[in-house]
Amino acid sequence: MVNMKVNLLGISLDNPVLGASGCFGFGEEMAALYDLNLLGSFSFKGTTLHPRLGNPLPRIAETPSGMLNAIGLQNPGVHEVIATELPKMKGYFHKPVMANVSGFSVEEYVAVCSLLDQQDQVGWLEVNISCPNVKEGGMSFGTSPELAARVTRAVKAVCKKPIIIKLSPNVTDSALIARACEDEGADGFSLINTYVGMRIDLKTRRPVLANRTGGLSGPAVFPLALHLVRQVYKAVKVPIVGMGGIASAQDVLEMMLAGATAVQVGAASLVNPYACRDIIRDLPLVMEEYGITNISDIIGGMKD
Amino acid sequence: MKQQQFTIESNAAIAHQVYELRLSGDAGALATPGQFVNVQVGNAYLRRPLSVAKWDDRGMTLIYKVVGSGTDWLAQQPTGARLDILTGLGTGFDLKKARKHPLLVGGGVGLPPLYQLGIELIKMGCQPRLIMGFASERDVFYQKEFEQLMPVTLMTQDGSAGGKGLVTDASLQAQDSFLYACGPIPMLKALHALPLDGQFSLEERMGCGFGACMGCTIQTAKGPRRVCHEGPVFSKEDLLW
Repeated sequence: MVNMKVNLLGISLDNPVLGASGCFGFGEEMAALYDLNLLGSFSFKGTTLHPRLGNPLPRIAETPSGMLNAIGLQNPGVHEVIATELPKMKGYFHKPVMANVSGFSVEEYVAVCSLLDQQDQVGWLEVNISCPNVKEGGMSFGTSPELAARVTRAVKAVCKKPIIIKLSPNVTDSALIARACEDEGADGFSLINTYVGMRIDLKTRRPVLANRTGGLSGPAVFPLALHLVRQVYKAVKVPIVGMGGIASAQDVLEMMLAGATAVQVGAASLVNPYACRDIIRDLPLVMEEYGITNISDIIGGMKD
Repeated sequence: MKQQQFTIESNAAIAHQVYELRLSGDAGALATPGQFVNVQVGNAYLRRPLSVAKWDDRGMTLIYKVVGSGTDWLAQQPTGARLDILTGLGTGFDLKKARKHPLLVGGGVGLPPLYQLGIELIKMGCQPRLIMGFASERDVFYQKEFEQLMPVTLMTQDGSAGGKGLVTDASLQAQDSFLYACGPIPMLKALHALPLDGQFSLEERMGCGFGACMGCTIQTAKGPRRVCHEGPVFSKEDLLW
């Protein structure tokens, strides 16, 4: 009998697998397929202060072993999330959920975080300072240590719940930015958001995506994500939620060995909607295969 | 929505670059014509959304055009091969709106969903008719199949088969009671301008095909709607054209 439980910032998870923000909506579509309560948790769709339609279409382009997306933070706005989505969620998800927050100014991050911080269903706030698909705000906060620190300080001042800063891989030194946020009280980090990429339509000679560029995800980024998780793990003391191309129970173990306390599964759920369920089903068998009794024992345990 | 394995019964070209794919398996998740399926193809990362021409207790028939490496892989799959398919996706046509003489208009590979739609409308006692449009004679498919169900007007852009011109060059009839249309966006927009109420099936690049990724959202009169989930069929008054 193996033990898949991990503790993420004071909240015990039945297993370390979370659905990733942006690939899970608010859970409703997935809940029609299987019982979401078998997940560790999930991070819901990036939420801003006001409703957002997102970017023009096409927003999706295929790549080798992955995909580009340029959704542009489509969401109904925090007031609608609180009024409609969270009450609906009570019907199908009974664990603490991770609230993913985006913004275009420090004030917006503060406003959205403080509202979601008051919701009983929310276990953690995942502050997305790394969306590559919006013009202002988004990733620009995550590529500057000073701005990242400022957002962290501002949201920490108004929130009681753990603040997890979602980091961008589109920087020279993720560890530098992580340390700047840790100094301001960040309780944890999640990484990676997507890598900026592009495809060109040979017929039209225009970018496939209307936004020109998009964020790369899927198995193509898994080794890159693993590397960055390791770098940040070595640079900070707080826990890490690892993500980027995870598609199997083996990937989960690799990500945890690199330093992740828990993981998020994103693009894999878009290809196989049962991906999280399948990974959680396979995890005990793969743990046994590698002689792992307590999954929390392997966090950061890669031999350098 | 269900994830199902299907077995290929046949997979043959029926027009230029257009294939009819007959599959056996459980198509029970399909409830209304206009819903679609999402097919895993070879080494491609994303699935391919394809439209359904018909289904029954034994399986379903898909029609697709080879447009890239994914559909090219599909065209090479032999009888007996297995396919992993998400089925019963999206919201199909509303049959209750048809009244007595619904007009079906399909362009190119937009035609397939209108086949099962025709079958269902006839079962309800409607007397549908069809205008089918293609670029050229070599692109024409399912003419006979549709003619066995209903009166058909064939149009080709170069006049090599049927009437010469676009589907909108075939005139409306006084008795046409409701429009069901599926095809390229310029065709749908032209039909949208006609003085006839109707429903329109859209096609978009999709990520997941089941509403999770927001990759195919359009603005409608009712607010943002996902083509894969609230669509692909939209009512005339909801489209901001």
